[in-house]
Amino acid sequence: MTEQRSTSVSTKASRQLWGRPELYTSYGQNLRMLNTRPKQVAVVAMVLLAATYVPFGLPDEWLHLFAMGLAAAIGAIGLNIVTGYAGQVSLGHAFFLAIGAYTASALSGEPGRRTIGFGITFLPLWLLAAGVVAGVAGVIVAPLATRLRGLYLAIVTLGLVFLGLHIFKEWKALTGGPGVGRQGPVPEMFGQRLDRNGDLLTGDQKMYLLTLVLLVIFAVFARNLVRSKVGRAFAAVRDRDIAADVIGVSVTRYKVLAFGISSFYAGCAGALLYAVLGRVEPDSFNLLLSIQFVAMVLIGGAGTISGSIMGALFITMLPRLTQELPTVLPFISSDVTAPLGAANLAIIFYGLMIILFLIFEPRGLFGIWIRIRNYFKAWPFSY
Amino acid sequence: MTEPILVFDDVHLSFAGVKAVNGVSFEVGERELFAIIGPNGAGKTSIFNVLSGVYRPQRGRVVFDGVDLVGKPPHRIAALGMARTFQNIELFSNLTVLDNLMLGRHHHIRYGAPSAFAWFGRARHEEIANRAVVENIVDFLELEQWRSFPVGLLPYGVQKRVELGRALAMEPKLLLLDEPVAGMNLEETEDMARFVLDIRDELDIPMILVEHDMGLVMDLADRVMAMDFGTPIVTGTPGQVQADEGVIRAYLGQEHATEVTS
Ligand SMILES: Nc1ncnc2c1ncn2[C@@H]1O[C@H](COP(=O)(O)OP(=O)(O)OP(=O)(O)O)[C@@H](O)[C@H]1O
Ligand SMILES: [Mg+2]
Repeated sequence: MTEQRSTSVSTKASRQLWGRPELYTSYGQNLRMLNTRPKQVAVVAMVLLAATYVPFGLPDEWLHLFAMGLAAAIGAIGLNIVTGYAGQVSLGHAFFLAIGAYTASALSGEPGRRTIGFGITFLPLWLLAAGVVAGVAGVIVAPLATRLRGLYLAIVTLGLVFLGLHIFKEWKALTGGPGVGRQGPVPEMFGQRLDRNGDLLTGDQKMYLLTLVLLVIFAVFARNLVRSKVGRAFAAVRDRDIAADVIGVSVTRYKVLAFGISSFYAGCAGALLYAVLGRVEPDSFNLLLSIQFVAMVLIGGAGTISGSIMGALFITMLPRLTQELPTVLPFISSDVTAPLGAANLAIIFYGLMIILFLIFEPRGLFGIWIRIRNYFKAWPFSY
Repeated sequence: MTEPILVFDDVHLSFAGVKAVNGVSFEVGERELFAIIGPNGAGKTSIFNVLSGVYRPQRGRVVFDGVDLVGKPPHRIAALGMARTFQNIELFSNLTVLDNLMLGRHHHIRYGAPSAFAWFGRARHEEIANRAVVENIVDFLELEQWRSFPVGLLPYGVQKRVELGRALAMEPKLLLLDEPVAGMNLEETEDMARFVLDIRDELDIPMILVEHDMGLVMDLADRVMAMDFGTPIVTGTPGQVQADEGVIRAYLGQEHATEVTS
């Protein structure tokens, strides 16, 4: 880089302005992911807690739920990349989750059964394949985003969900058909089934730890991406696409990249989520699933990685929390079909939460966290 | 004059009957500060939009540093070394001053998505090197105190300066300034004039300046092109243009028009 510049700029005066990068090593500090001590401490503490107390202190039922939430968080980070960072609203996330889930299920499924299976149960392999296939689908769909914007893009991506539902319903050899479904991806590594109880750990503990490790990896990669040249280009495309083009950012290229990466994350998340759940039903990849992911992003905070994680955990826990409501509030029915039943309540809740957050805290849970932090920074001199 | 950096040859651009640029030709030399003046709607911004590839002219040739620009998308033209500022500020208002300037470095930063994911190694190295360049521009334009603020929160005059900085960060071979002092007070105008002179004298970057402030144009420009209704009236030294009857008529005519309408 240095050589290149000093040859491209000829005069002495210019060299003064363009400078000598080797003198400025301290920007490295400034550019770190966790550039302050409190941030480092907080993140390390959180990860330690999640890796020690949670898997060994909480009942398996909760670990199962947490594993779902952590897998969903990978998908939420993906949606946040395309929507929160690159500004391309997508309601088609469920479609890419489905592609990941079915790619992984088919690869790892037992051969010679009712549904397609290739018997490749090695987890890293099917996980990567799920991401790649979904990512390629995302890249194929992306040109839509170069022609449509805002609401129109949202509606067309919504169309993907219905297209997907139709295909998955008809393609019984892959999906098992509606109401029946098929086995989810088989998580195996080095001859160990991760979803079954072992000598040391239960299946739920293993799946929880697996999703935790993977989430940390995916989150760190995403964080690297958004603080890089690519992340800045996404923001430029989101905020002003004419100006982005004029300063040298190819808008088309970055929209395609955003869709590709986002779908890769969705594919991996879909594969993991259904490996945790154990079964895949074609009807589950519906509009509600897409909306849940939008809710994760909006409630967690658009344009933040940690927000996506908070949002995903929150939305995944919500149905479980509303299930507890009938025991506390007698007028709420535990009957699934009742209008004010626990299941519908969760849906009403998503809607309400989205609206409330959009109005009162557009930065989402992340924004609330910032407020709390600022409050304590000023403590005891609040206000 | 040495080999021109830009040749603008008989360019025509119209929008549904409005002839925004109607047969305009001019050349800009290697080290020249070339100014374009003209009443509102004369077609000055349209010329910039043709140059930066936002609009495609129906006719004519635009040759920049030996390359024909017509039909090239804006980001290609930017990579060839054309940078501009906008009449109405077009910054990324949610991003900080530093991020806006780093975006100006976009095509000087070579790493792609794979290195970005990994960060350590290539991405980090290039980020640090380019950050150093950006810090020099921050110094040059006296933006130190604003560097970590979201641009949208800054005063108008500072935003104009940041936009100039973003263009400079591109290390352009030609810089287009669309009304850099519009809406500024006297002090801000003087600062901006000083920066423009420094850019010419210290950085040797040729410029095209569109400006309504006649005093500024006459002080700074090497040559001036005056135009009206998409057509050049006269091109020459500031003195020649100021004395030209066609120019006086175009401006007086416009003053009459504004008197009638207001
Ligand atoms: N996108 C567009 N669509 C239709 N007409 C346009 C468009 N852009 C410019 N014009 C027209 O082209 C003519 C020239 O406009 P232009 O913006 O180039 O003028 P200008 O010289 O920059 O004026 P000002 O001093 O007010 O900035 C005007 O009549 C304008 O209405
Ligand atoms: Mg204009």
